[in-house]
Amino acid sequence: MMRLLNNDVGGRWLIGSLLLAIVLIPVLNSLPASSSLYFPTYSVTLLGKYLTLALLALSVDLVWGYLGILTLGHAAFFALGAYAMGMYLMRQIGDRGVYANAELSDFMVFLDWQELPWFWQGFDQFWVAILMVMLVPAVLAFGFGYLAFRSRVSGVYLSIITQAMTYALMLAFYRNEMGLGGNNGLTDFKDILGYSLQSDHTKMALFIASAVALIIGYLLCRFITTSRAGKVVVAIRDAEERTRFMGYRVENIKLWVFVFSAMLAGVAGALYVPQVGIINPNEFSPLNSIEVLVWVAVGGRATLYGAAMGAILINYAKSYLTVELPEVWLFVLGGLFVFVTLVLPQGVAGLLKRKGTE
Amino acid sequence: MINQWLVNCLSWGMGCLLLVLANLSQAGTFEIVEYEQALIKAKFDQKAQIMASWYEADQAQAVHLMQLMLDSQLYYLKQDKRLYQVEDASSGAIAQRIHDGGLITLKKKRDVKRVSINNRLRSVFRQRVTETQLSAAKPQDRLAAAESIIGDTTPELMATIARLRLGETDASVLAAFDLVLAVATLHSSNEDQQRQSIRLLGESLHPASLNALNGFLLTYPQSPLIPMVGKYVEQINGKVDFYGSLETIYFGLSLGSVLVLAGIGLAITFGVMGVINMAHGELIMIGAYTTYLIQQLMPNHIGLSLLVAVPAAFLVSGAVGILIERGVIRFLYGRPLETLLATFGISLILQQAVRSIFSPLNRSVETPLWMTGVIDINPLLSLTQSRMYIIVFCLTIFLLLLAVMKRTRLGLQVRAVSQNRDMAKSMGVRSEWIDALTFGLGSGVAGVAGVALSQLTNVGPNMGQAYIIDSFMVVVFGGVGNLWGTLVAGLSLGVANKILEPWAGAVLSKVLVLIFIILFIQKRPRGLFPQRGRDAKG
Repeated sequence: MMRLLNNDVGGRWLIGSLLLAIVLIPVLNSLPASSSLYFPTYSVTLLGKYLTLALLALSVDLVWGYLGILTLGHAAFFALGAYAMGMYLMRQIGDRGVYANAELSDFMVFLDWQELPWFWQGFDQFWVAILMVMLVPAVLAFGFGYLAFRSRVSGVYLSIITQAMTYALMLAFYRNEMGLGGNNGLTDFKDILGYSLQSDHTKMALFIASAVALIIGYLLCRFITTSRAGKVVVAIRDAEERTRFMGYRVENIKLWVFVFSAMLAGVAGALYVPQVGIINPNEFSPLNSIEVLVWVAVGGRATLYGAAMGAILINYAKSYLTVELPEVWLFVLGGLFVFVTLVLPQGVAGLLKRKGTE
Repeated sequence: MINQWLVNCLSWGMGCLLLVLANLSQAGTFEIVEYEQALIKAKFDQKAQIMASWYEADQAQAVHLMQLMLDSQLYYLKQDKRLYQVEDASSGAIAQRIHDGGLITLKKKRDVKRVSINNRLRSVFRQRVTETQLSAAKPQDRLAAAESIIGDTTPELMATIARLRLGETDASVLAAFDLVLAVATLHSSNEDQQRQSIRLLGESLHPASLNALNGFLLTYPQSPLIPMVGKYVEQINGKVDFYGSLETIYFGLSLGSVLVLAGIGLAITFGVMGVINMAHGELIMIGAYTTYLIQQLMPNHIGLSLLVAVPAAFLVSGAVGILIERGVIRFLYGRPLETLLATFGISLILQQAVRSIFSPLNRSVETPLWMTGVIDINPLLSLTQSRMYIIVFCLTIFLLLLAVMKRTRLGLQVRAVSQNRDMAKSMGVRSEWIDALTFGLGSGVAGVAGVALSQLTNVGPNMGQAYIIDSFMVVVFGGVGNLWGTLVAGLSLGVANKILEPWAGAVLSKVLVLIFIILFIQKRPRGLFPQRGRDAKG
């Protein structure tokens, strides 16, 4: 593990602080509420949410920063993972829904369905759900990437069709006939693995799970990018034709990185859902995918830790501003897009690096 | 006419009523109150006489009342014994007095009592009402009356129509009369007459004739005319299908025109300059808001304001576009993906700016009267005028833009810069200046599209978002850098969408079109009409 973090000061800081948070936050949370160091549970959940978004940013950075594909559709993989987890959580509700139907969820009863649709089968098993969280995004990414990379769609065209993909999925998921809750999505979750989602312990466990997932995800990304294959990935980004002429199967390498990234995004989505308590088709909206790009761009592309940092920082700013100054938030976000691309192409990480070398 | 009524009356032996009537006409003044009192007190068989007399006195009023009785909406208030129109008698309902139009609110349901009629009266009144309507002054009223009685005639009515037919001058009313008669004679016992009406109905495109012929097939399965009817039904069904698909194509073309309008500005900025302008949708929005503002400035000239809005929107959106180009995009040439991010940021800023200035609520832009209405080609095909205007507008803008690009000095220079910047520069073209103007042109056209879209959808801060993805799809599908490609792509996507819609639903057909484009890009990454030549990257 230490080999992976050689020459990666930012990564060491990130993992160090995540480990510290895993130890420290449960302690601070167990202090009495009157204490000045008390860390309230809702902040734990909020932080957990940021960590899952950081994992999403990581997956985007892998594809954009290292592979050079400006993906405008990664929210699709995130949302698919989230839906898979949401389906498991829906099945856990059992007969505690409004219509108290043991077999069918509320929205199915409402639509007057008689039996569980085939694609809901098995989702009452946690392991099936976890499998699907990774498998569904992976299959979509494989199918999409296989077609797109083989026919050498690249650059702007690729970006636009990734956007078309997530947009098409959003429209499809809005349909009631899709069997996934339509407009309202999946919500009203009760418990996970038998533990109530309302309890502080479960929330803490989910936070820790998110932090651990981020650490593992980071190390995996780091493993890929520092490996020999990772060098080829960067070579593809910088000179695709040349790499192809050197005999590398560019399509295959692109495809595997893309699929891995989609799985990472799926896991992020799966951890996101139990912490926010709802998943609806809006998560597929192209705007969400593009927002991830600004996290990565602000943090610093092709640095991994920068992407995670950017995600946490901007989402914190978003939570703060949308409450305090809702008018200003979009100005800030829009301004960040312009500012970072014009002035800070390397992001905050680039700024820190320049400081370090001076 | 009155004689006939009197004869009827005598046969029913209602002498006393005659007395009342005689008194009424002797008085010479048609005191509406007396008719009302008489009608309220009258038994069923007296009501026909009262109404006949009333008809002589005041035709419009009597027809109105008969219609109300047919619709079970005529009541009288027990208190003042006057007639009222009540749509739904219940406590709290509004009742309108017949003789002066005054409104009252009913306290209790039982305050009023319906002026009831029986089936006999019903047919008498219906005959009377229809007769009056069939001889109305305006041809369109006569037409509506004739169409309303197709397949629902009595022998008396048939006689009336046959009589009115002789004096009728309006061609469409005449055709409707013939239709009514033909549908009725379909059920006559005379085979020759039947054959004649079948022939007439078979040639007519009116939906009622198809119904009548289908009804014939079911009612007279033994008739020797069945093969003839079957042939005509098949023929009509063929025509229905034909005009149905014409209508689908028309809808598709108008949807396609919207797509072309939204995308054509992008075809300039993205297609010619290679700039991915994610703020394109917001430039459309600015055009729409310009329309709204101009309408606010001249609220009494809605039609004129729309004409003013076209150049105004072009200038406003074009100016914003030039500002964006000079302020941001020119630093990012050659880095298309960064341009995408920066312009996306701009789009967020513009959205929020509009939200802060105009409020997040949608604004409504009025449509001038000359844009509404329907062009009836035949009974099976009618085209809405607003769609027609959109198609014409779209083609006009397209041709203008094409002319600018192919025939003007600016267009020449734009093409030169986009093909080979260095060479163009060395020939003395001020490339920076051209960049700004090109971007301004594309943005201005987006603004003009906004004027058109303001007539179709809500004008709100999010309207740009709805079009940006479609616009990109159209441009990419058509082939970047090719205006004709954009036109063909937009129109064909529109038509494809409308063809899919009946069996897939609006949302799913959109999804299918998106999937189709994704797959299409795999096969032809440069779109329908790729740019060819040495500089085209492939």
